Amino acid sequence: MSVTDHTLTTDPLTIAGRELSSRLLLGTGGFRSLEAIAAAIEASGSELVTVALRRIDPDARGSIVDALDHAGVQLLPNTAGCFTARDAVLTAKLAREAFGTDWIKLEVIGDDRTLLPDAPALLEAAEELVDDGFVVLPYTNDDPILARRLEDVGCAAVMPLGSPIGSGMGLLNTYNLRLICERAGVPVILDAGVGTASDAALAMELGCDAVLCASAVSRAEDPAAMARAVRLGTEGGRLAYRAGRIPRRLHAQASTPEDGVAQF
Amino acid sequence: MGGASRPAPLRAGAGVTILLNGEARELTPGTTVRGLLDALDVPGGTRGVAIAVDAEVVPRGEWETTELDHGARVEVLRAIQGG
Repeated sequence: MSVTDHTLTTDPLTIAGRELSSRLLLGTGGFRSLEAIAAAIEASGSELVTVALRRIDPDARGSIVDALDHAGVQLLPNTAGCFTARDAVLTAKLAREAFGTDWIKLEVIGDDRTLLPDAPALLEAAEELVDDGFVVLPYTNDDPILARRLEDVGCAAVMPLGSPIGSGMGLLNTYNLRLICERAGVPVILDAGVGTASDAALAMELGCDAVLCASAVSRAEDPAAMARAVRLGTEGGRLAYRAGRIPRRLHAQASTPEDGVAQF
Repeated sequence: MGGASRPAPLRAGAGVTILLNGEARELTPGTTVRGLLDALDVPGGTRGVAIAVDAEVVPRGEWETTELDHGARVEVLRAIQGG
């Protein structure tokens, strides 16, 4: 870890042997147009971008795959909308067929109201997909024990939530997130809950290796500007983490020398 | 996925009825996955499309040869924004 590298150019994120120079992953849900996605990708600098599968719609216009290929990013399909391990595993296999990638952002959701992960089903699906050769990036609770279990079954990263999907409530349990980061042997990617740039910065300062951001950018008034802001937040947080922050103190500590003060 | 009921049993001389994305659809007997995609205006070689028949993935290389039987539950999926 070099603190003389102020540009992060020699600080890549490595997931399953693949190096990424950007530590910001972008979700594509919620954008108003493919053009808006393209502009946000460029502003974010992201190299890994999510995509989903749904029943074919004869009225759909434009191809998200073409747009993302044109942007030169790697696709990260998800299993959003799956409530059982069985459905998530099948969706992952369909995504592998559709996109030609073994990478999967694994989501197994417990209910519609919270969209929180269903821990037992998530673990079951993760294990099955790892055994089938997938590079599994599970969307998980901010639970250090579950994160460890997911790593133990072979997940390539863990993606704890800051707060529920789309809530924009930021990081609700920074204590647990720190515990996850301290112990993890695979990259920790803060997923869900980011509302603005400072949330991304805080996640990185806590020791997260990357941030995945969707709604905060896609539903912002100016998505491309927010993409840039979250990028800078992510980079700032990463640099601050590496630089080593000062400890918090209860009382003040003068920064100006106290010796030699004039006596009037 | 699934949960929809299967079409009624095949009667002698009747056509093939599948459940396509949850809705009944009549097909000519012998229609393949590729033939169905043609009918849906999905061009060959399209990236971002995947097919499941009776909750099993049909690999791209088998689209031309996989015939759809009466009662098959077919899911035709494509890439959308998400995540």
